[in-house]
Amino acid sequence: MTMLARSALRTVRPLGAAARNAASRTATRSASTSSSTAEGTASSWKTNALPAGATLFAIGSVAWYYQMFGRNVDAMTPAEEGLHPTKYPWEHAKWYKTFDHASLRRGFQVYREVCASCHSLSRVPYRAAVGNFMTVDEAKALAEENEYDTEPNNEGEIEKRPGKLSDYLPSPYKNDEAARAANNGALPPDLSLMVKARHGGCDYIFSLLTGYPEEPPAGAVVQEGLNFNPYFPGTGIAMARVLYDDLVEYDDGTKATTSQMAKDVTEFLNWAAEPEMDDRKKMGWKVLAISSVLFALSVWVKRYKWAPIKSRKLVYTPPVQSKILTKLPQPPNKS
Amino acid sequence: MAGLASSIYNALFRRNTVMLGTVFASAFAMQLGFDTGSEKIWNSINQGRQWKDIKHKFMEQAEDDEE
Repeated sequence: MTMLARSALRTVRPLGAAARNAASRTATRSASTSSSTAEGTASSWKTNALPAGATLFAIGSVAWYYQMFGRNVDAMTPAEEGLHPTKYPWEHAKWYKTFDHASLRRGFQVYREVCASCHSLSRVPYRAAVGNFMTVDEAKALAEENEYDTEPNNEGEIEKRPGKLSDYLPSPYKNDEAARAANNGALPPDLSLMVKARHGGCDYIFSLLTGYPEEPPAGAVVQEGLNFNPYFPGTGIAMARVLYDDLVEYDDGTKATTSQMAKDVTEFLNWAAEPEMDDRKKMGWKVLAISSVLFALSVWVKRYKWAPIKSRKLVYTPPVQSKILTKLPQPPNKS
Repeated sequence: MAGLASSIYNALFRRNTVMLGTVFASAFAMQLGFDTGSEKIWNSINQGRQWKDIKHKFMEQAEDDEE
């Protein structure tokens, strides 16, 4: 304790002395000549002119470049862009969480009973449902409800057969033109990759499904045949609100509120777009685990190999310095 | 300790063929252990979310329907 206090005192004393010296020095300088200080400042301004000018030029050119090319250029008004969706804490979006497969099952039910009347899901086969949210028997029974074309038979006729697990989900319309004709000119998009295809992903779809107001706000222009939804770019969407409380009846007893159905169908659509997500996350963690072990190992090997190089000591012994003239052969001494 | 190390050396690494067998066998065992362990951790984190956790409900239901 005393040692500490003493050393602290010792450090304080020179500080005080330095402060005293500095004060006296400035006093003496200002008292002696005023011209010398003015000259000093002038020369320091001259030496700093180049770096200061270069800095100003650099800042200025960056600022000009930013205001010219760096800012967001919005070709559309905020109404035409659509309201940004709220960020929701999706449980399945966490790095260490799989899809909630009970939710996928409910979401598929919502898709089948509500969305499928207009939207196709043409990239998802029945077999993908097996082992994810349906048993084999359920999926087979579901596939057999629909008819598919067979290969041409011996007479070249194409017949109909019941669906198999390898068949893809049937589309509600034969082609895009038929879909447009049936929907007042608006094409209901295929939902297979919709979560990946829209900015905001799950948040956007959930916000869109639950974001229909009771009536459009005052002053909003809604075209004939369109519905108002602030999250849809342009705010006029051909799809009307479809999800209402208790629209479907879940077989696991979950209460089918609007937001519950929207959440389930959004998670289901995320699965449709990224069916590999569960395995991808698990594999990613395994890769991280193994590569961190390998990284630690490589750090250890590096230190092991470098230890003799890092800890060696180089000793330089300079040659003995002597006058070069003394090395010359001496003439015989004549005296 | 030295006795153990030398006995391990003599048993596993002295002959090249035996060492090759040791490498293959230990790689197999390590992979088995790693996969089992990581699978167990993953399943405990995602308890109740995966299909294998919920499928019993629907399997039983299907059997009931058939009866």
